[in-house]
Amino acid sequence: MENVTTPRRRRSLWSRLSWLHSWKISTGLGIVGFFVLMAIFGPLIARYNPSATGNAMIVAPSGAHWLGTTQSGQDVFAQLVIGSRPTLIVAFVSATVATIVSVAVGLAGGYLGGVSDELLSVLSNIFLVIPALPLVIVLAGYLPNKGDISVMLVIALTGWAWGARVIRAQTLSIRRRDFIEAARAVGESTPRILFWEILPNETAIVTASFLFTVIFAVLTAAGLAFLGLANVSEWSWGTMLYWAQNDSALQSGAWWWFVPPGLCIALLGTGLSMMNFGFDEIMNPRLRSTGRPKTKRKGRSPVVLAELTRANASDGTEFTTVRTATSELDGS
Amino acid sequence: MRYLARRIGFYMLTAWAAITLNFLIPRFMPGNPVELLISHFKGRMSPAAVKSLGALFGISHQGMLSQYASYWSNLFHGNLGISFTYFPSSVTSIVLAALPWTLVLVGVATIISFVLGTVAGVVVGARRGSWLDITLPISTFFSAIPYFWFALVILYFLAVVVNWFPLSGGYGAVDVIGWNWPFLLSAAYHSVLPAITIIVTSIAGWLLGMRNMMVVTLDEDYIILAEAKGLSKARINFLYAARNAILPSLASFALSLGFVVSGAILVEIVFSYPGIGYVLFAAVNNDDYPLMQGVFLIITLAVLLANIVADVFYVLLDPRTRQGA
Repeated sequence: MENVTTPRRRRSLWSRLSWLHSWKISTGLGIVGFFVLMAIFGPLIARYNPSATGNAMIVAPSGAHWLGTTQSGQDVFAQLVIGSRPTLIVAFVSATVATIVSVAVGLAGGYLGGVSDELLSVLSNIFLVIPALPLVIVLAGYLPNKGDISVMLVIALTGWAWGARVIRAQTLSIRRRDFIEAARAVGESTPRILFWEILPNETAIVTASFLFTVIFAVLTAAGLAFLGLANVSEWSWGTMLYWAQNDSALQSGAWWWFVPPGLCIALLGTGLSMMNFGFDEIMNPRLRSTGRPKTKRKGRSPVVLAELTRANASDGTEFTTVRTATSELDGS
Repeated sequence: MRYLARRIGFYMLTAWAAITLNFLIPRFMPGNPVELLISHFKGRMSPAAVKSLGALFGISHQGMLSQYASYWSNLFHGNLGISFTYFPSSVTSIVLAALPWTLVLVGVATIISFVLGTVAGVVVGARRGSWLDITLPISTFFSAIPYFWFALVILYFLAVVVNWFPLSGGYGAVDVIGWNWPFLLSAAYHSVLPAITIIVTSIAGWLLGMRNMMVVTLDEDYIILAEAKGLSKARINFLYAARNAILPSLASFALSLGFVVSGAILVEIVFSYPGIGYVLFAAVNNDDYPLMQGVFLIITLAVLLANIVADVFYVLLDPRTRQGA
């Protein structure tokens, strides 16, 4: 909304990336980017082989071992850095699969309506209400091999419902807009309307549901690994916690062993949620914490403002319409 | 009332789906590990027990439909099979013994966390833009913490470093389970750390949700009218805004409760708390499929029941649901 006065043609790259102006999005992006870099360049900075045992057992953090060592003398820092890659891969891949399912179910249900919509929304509501972790545990318990791929599939299977519900609601509201009616009148095919007309208008909400699902996937994968239901011979933040618990890190007072992986999970989750809140505020400007609405009211008649607010309230996600509405106002 | 009837209908449908899922999982997953286990225990199990396990896990040679029918009849007789871990106890008896621990722990912790988080959300939402907004990044961080990791950390600092709380278990070794004071006090004492873990890690979700709804509600015209009438801030915030803002929070109770229960399972494992999560852990470690599935079923049904309770409250609070829309 800040850039509405600048004519469109002269907008710099910085103003075109206006969503980066939100400190929440940029901070969140920074945190997530940090961990992505760690996952890519992990082997270069690990300094030790994470599985190599040594004579220095349960050593507190020092110059030689930045985050100390484990029961069998393995370097915790190396495990943390090497373990970031499988953690992120499992999280992002399962969230991607889950989001594809959510988009398919949400778009189909919201656009087609009728019986298929009823069935699809009952299905996603059922998956929402059934507690995910016990289901994941039962499914993973039956898997003959507990590799990354099966863990990802199980997480995707249980994590799509929330996104599907949100996307369906959004599709329902877009379906009745004039430009969709126009597209239908012109005779565009249903897939084209779905993917070229509706989906681009849902980018923000799909992103939000993706980020939310990544958090869910990180936490669920860590929980599964902690229970020993993942491949525990591979290093990830979850399996680090599994080994820490199994080798009684707690009783030997080795806080440096179990604190870092959980802290990294929490930080990654914080980064993802901050991005999510940032997008949320773009979609629904009334959530912004800075500036109470009273001070914003300067210069605009209350009636116009109420109209604007109502436009937001009825559909917070359609921020582009609101933006053009404001720019017209400012121009007059 | 039609609203409530519809919701209960939905929960019945969900219960049916969960039970059917439970029926299908062992039949469609590759291999049948239960068959292997039964042959392990051959000779030690009564033929009747083998037969009921066969009905529950699909090791009979009947068609799918008659398997499904005998599965349901087993369920209605409260028969969830026999646990391999605690052989020869039945799954039902083990789950029923563990259930009260989890119900009390998760129930009390969830209510405390919901009340505290919602009140804090009202306060933070009412003062949007003030220094109180610092709670937003902090609670974001707390909502992203893995439950079991926070359990490990709090256990380390409050039970290992300073010896304030017991390391594990649900009651003292000398206590006799029952309605006697020493046992109840000891159980309460043992549940402090698990409860704190659940409260701390789940409170942020209630706070953030309530805060966002407050911010939206405080922009409504009737709030401006209330301000114009000169009503006190506290009255506006709690009696005008919060009463409406709490509805979505309550409506999303279903979704959140699933998360809390999932987290509580892992918390119980860390604390070796004798609840249903710990039973699930034992089942997983011993490939005890009947127990695993029994626990899944009971947890799901408990969550559904809790949701019905939440929906009844919703109907009491929201007059629109009572008008039979």
